[in-house]
Amino acid sequence: MESIKLIVFLPLLAAIIAGLGNRKLGNTGAKLVTTGALFISCALSWPIFLYFLNLGEIGAHDSAAAQFVVPVLDFIKSDGLDVAWALRVDTLTAVMLVVVTTVSSLVHLYSWGYMSEDDSQPRFFAYLSLFTFAMLMLVTADSLVQMFFGWEGVGLASYLLIGFWYHKPSANAAAMKAFVVNRVGDFGFSLGIFAVFLVFGTVSIPEILAAAPSHAGSTIGFLGYRVDTITLICILLFIGACGKSAQLGLHTWLPDAMEGPTPVSALIHAATMVTAGVFMVCRLSPLFELSETATTVVTYVGAATALFAATVGTTQTDIKRVIAYSTCSQLGYMFFAAGTGAYGAAMFHLFTHAFFKALLFLGAGSVIHAMHHEQDMRYYGGLRKHIPLTFWAMMAGTLAITGVGVAGLFGFAGFYSKDAIIEAAFASGTQSGQFAFGVAVFAALLTSFYSWRLIFLTFFGTPRWSMSEHIQHAAHDAHGDHGHDDHHAHGHSHDDPTLGYHPHESPLPMLVPLGVLTLGAVFAGIGFHHSFIGPEHGAEFWKGSLAFDTHLMHEMHGVPQWVKLSATVVMLLGLFMAWLAYIKDTTIPARFTATFRGLYLFLLNKWYWDELYDMLFVKPSLWLGRILWKGGDLGTIDRFGPNGAAAVAQLGSRMAARLQTGYLYSYALVMLLGLAGIATWAMTR
Amino acid sequence: MSGFPILSTMVLLPLLAAVVAVFLNDKAARWLALGTTLVLFAMGIALWLGYQMNGAQWQFVEKAPVFGAFSWALGIDGIALMLIVLSVFLMPICILASWDAIEKRVPEYMAAFLLMESLMIGVFSAQDLLLFYIFFEAGLIPMYLIIGIWGGVDRIYASYKFFLYTLAGSVLMLIAMLWMVNQAGTTDIPTLMNTDFPVEAQHWLWLAFFASFAVKMPMWPVHTWLPDAHVQAPTAGSVILAGVLLKMGGYGFVRFSLPMFPQASADLVWIVFGLSMVAVVYTSLVALVQSDMKKLIAYSSVAHMAFVTIGLFTFNRQGIEGALVVMLAHGLVAAALFLCVGIIYDRLHTREIDRYGGLANNMPYYALFFMLFTMASVGLPGLANFVGEFLALVGAYKANSWVAAVATTGIILGAAYMLLLYRRVAFGESRNADAAAMPDLNVREWLTLAPIALATIWMGVYPESFMAPMRKDVGVLLARIEKAAPAGDAQLTAGKPQIKKDAHGGHPAEAAKGAHH
Repeated sequence: MESIKLIVFLPLLAAIIAGLGNRKLGNTGAKLVTTGALFISCALSWPIFLYFLNLGEIGAHDSAAAQFVVPVLDFIKSDGLDVAWALRVDTLTAVMLVVVTTVSSLVHLYSWGYMSEDDSQPRFFAYLSLFTFAMLMLVTADSLVQMFFGWEGVGLASYLLIGFWYHKPSANAAAMKAFVVNRVGDFGFSLGIFAVFLVFGTVSIPEILAAAPSHAGSTIGFLGYRVDTITLICILLFIGACGKSAQLGLHTWLPDAMEGPTPVSALIHAATMVTAGVFMVCRLSPLFELSETATTVVTYVGAATALFAATVGTTQTDIKRVIAYSTCSQLGYMFFAAGTGAYGAAMFHLFTHAFFKALLFLGAGSVIHAMHHEQDMRYYGGLRKHIPLTFWAMMAGTLAITGVGVAGLFGFAGFYSKDAIIEAAFASGTQSGQFAFGVAVFAALLTSFYSWRLIFLTFFGTPRWSMSEHIQHAAHDAHGDHGHDDHHAHGHSHDDPTLGYHPHESPLPMLVPLGVLTLGAVFAGIGFHHSFIGPEHGAEFWKGSLAFDTHLMHEMHGVPQWVKLSATVVMLLGLFMAWLAYIKDTTIPARFTATFRGLYLFLLNKWYWDELYDMLFVKPSLWLGRILWKGGDLGTIDRFGPNGAAAVAQLGSRMAARLQTGYLYSYALVMLLGLAGIATWAMTR
Repeated sequence: MSGFPILSTMVLLPLLAAVVAVFLNDKAARWLALGTTLVLFAMGIALWLGYQMNGAQWQFVEKAPVFGAFSWALGIDGIALMLIVLSVFLMPICILASWDAIEKRVPEYMAAFLLMESLMIGVFSAQDLLLFYIFFEAGLIPMYLIIGIWGGVDRIYASYKFFLYTLAGSVLMLIAMLWMVNQAGTTDIPTLMNTDFPVEAQHWLWLAFFASFAVKMPMWPVHTWLPDAHVQAPTAGSVILAGVLLKMGGYGFVRFSLPMFPQASADLVWIVFGLSMVAVVYTSLVALVQSDMKKLIAYSSVAHMAFVTIGLFTFNRQGIEGALVVMLAHGLVAAALFLCVGIIYDRLHTREIDRYGGLANNMPYYALFFMLFTMASVGLPGLANFVGEFLALVGAYKANSWVAAVATTGIILGAAYMLLLYRRVAFGESRNADAAAMPDLNVREWLTLAPIALATIWMGVYPESFMAPMRKDVGVLLARIEKAAPAGDAQLTAGKPQIKKDAHGGHPAEAAKGAHH
């Protein structure tokens, strides 16, 4: 099992070679090195996964075979805090290994086609491989500190890749937003780790989980309050998970992250990085299980996110943003599955979602590629006949995400994983579970609606390309008049809705990943559901790597028939609504938005989170910074400090007068100082 | 080691070179300075290699009586060792960074730097209280000159401010030192470190030392000299100021305040925590709105130094070790960031952030280094600062959850201001033609940045190399201060595990195991 070292470090090596070799290595060299490394990693990962899969089925059950840890190097040693770089592999890790390396290697390959006209391809591929390395460090972490290393590493790679086109101001803003919002989550994660160390005296995950039950019910002082120890730790860590997995409140960065190239969206912002939070909760599931408050919070946050993102997804017109909100919503599903105790189902949805969501993103990329970088679905239409392979791939993805299938016969991936989550929420029997169930069914309706809306707007109907500036430019160039002084370009062919533009199917490097992921979207559910969530085989498969609840899985299968059918019914209802509005009578959307203008604007503007945060945090920070600088440092400290010392003689009597005439800043600052002083004195003495 | 007075040599050699440099021409002075600093770097490495990690507390000890109780006593422990290594590592880089940038009075400039190196090593190796004081205060003079003579437009104001602040603190410290010598009857630092002063006196002594060290750190609100000093100082001046001089305050806390006045440190810890908490939030917010690159990094230094003060006064190993690692890491990273500013300042002669933009287009390798150091400054795991900040905050959380929570906001704000800086400098379209025409790094600039980059990664991935030599000394310090350590606010109670009521709780076995406790 030493191969895990290769799996993890090959991508790093490739990233360094491609990154530093930059110009000398050339595009092809960099692409070969990184893609080659990833395919090797992937090829080495599947045997590990199959090992755990088969180990379960033959029923071997000794702990040595169920997990192994490969030490690499000492890291931080400070008294009890002893952290090593080490690679830990168990079933949970093995699942993540195949997800990460498979999607990553396919995305690498896809990028050969998608990025073929870019000027800095070595940089792109180096970032992709760097990301993969960090993600692998995250999923193989044996300690919370190494997990945090991977956590921040993927954050860095995400930042670099969102801002890959760094000449675009919007991309830079999005990249920065992603990093800073994630840092808010990291704030919680960090405090969580500190609390863990204080309580358990270690940051090693297995040791924490082993010691956790003995701390159940204990209390700890935190910011002047006495709170339940385990609840505190879980909530703090969960704040970190919310940041990385874009849960409600810390989700604002994810839609903006679509500024990055589409393969990045598929890999990082759909299949892998954003699921890190779910992975973390599952990894620490025995800890979360000890705190009912924590799991309830997880359930509510997940359910709220699922609902929020699904509602917003119905109104967006940018194809990537629709899928981004869809991702956000599906992550909500995974979280409330975890919150209701169905960790196996959460991981199963993570697994299937990785395939069909990566497929949808890469399919969208193929559409965008065909439509000359146009991303607005209002300017698509009728693409079915022009890019049929992409169409069928997207169809498979949509069938998977909406959960099409017939019980006992066959279903696409989402049919098994999403329905399991919905049923488990119902079966959990808790109040939060019931709430999550209701929300999940409604969100499933919306999911079906916006997914089919995407398909209908893009592939069906008549072409509406002529309104797109991108297509206008493309058609313009295609007509051969390259002279930029031709001012009549927009005038001549508006009667033809296609402008004579011919969308072309993507090249082979892009189609092969679509094909492979289509297989995943079709078969991942039926192929693996017995292992991931089966009441008979689940426990054998997971082998204690997460808190698998056999009882809940049994319950889940015993839920009333109407519960089982509800997911399918709302799926059909959503399909019907989408068909009605976007195929049958295309005036419905406009009439609807005119009637419910307030609601429409509320959703279109994503519930105004960005505006709210701008008002609450961004502007006040800058305002306060300016006040503290001008009024604090310059206006008070310097004025009464060094400058004052020099001028103290002249100042003398005038000082009192000045104070009375009112220097607001100084007053405010002196007051603030006094308060801070008194507060700290009171707190720390 | 055996008998060879390596520490005295390291103090006196640059002093001698400084004297010689004054009489040379520009070119010779540059080469002499570079040669001397490289020799000292080699000696620093020898010191590191020769240091016995499990040996005596004080090694390479030299002692020669001068008069009365005052003696030329040098010796180092692991903490001093690492700070000396940091100093001698940064010095050749400073000389290289000044190679072309300084055109007037080159011999004097080089002499000032050599003098400074001598004094820095002196500060970290002095074992006599008065000798320490001399080195500590004399260190002001070359810095004062470097800012005042080779500085920017407002150099006189900046150097005046720098001097005034530091002097004010020093006077109090000197009085305290004289009282201590009188009381204890010795100037020997190791002896004083184990002397128990009366608690009443400890408070006053602690405050007097605090006045000096807080200015040097600098802690809020006596930090306002730093942005001006940095802005006006030439690049190499900023490098050594951020890299080494700021560490003298932290060194002072470790060497004097904590071991000599443990009770006072515990009683007055609220001052340190309070000011540090304000510093993290306050200076980070101020950094956010700066338009001058050097000012921004200077303010960020104040915020980072607050992690040091917090860590040192946590009274636990993680906190103190973390603080020491932050000192080393910040010494590398802040120094490198000032070098990065200097490199583009040399090309365009402005520190105005908005005069740049889009440098990733024409200076890709520069952008790479700048990104690395930006990320290090932000505290990305795998790079130097993370290890220190993480440990310091772990320690802080043990001491007080309020302190940890407020200080941890620094990781959010730190990301905000550093990424904003990076975005405005390196990303975007090339807005200004002159900035877009700037060439990428030359060989000399590579030589200044690459070693620091490697050290930053090394410290981030395998901090053990740097922490191991200091471990024993932190242990000695902890043993000395432990009895005074204040209790934390966590007050963890014992667990009362219950078996879950509903059957599908999942872990009856584990819950039952917990119940046995």
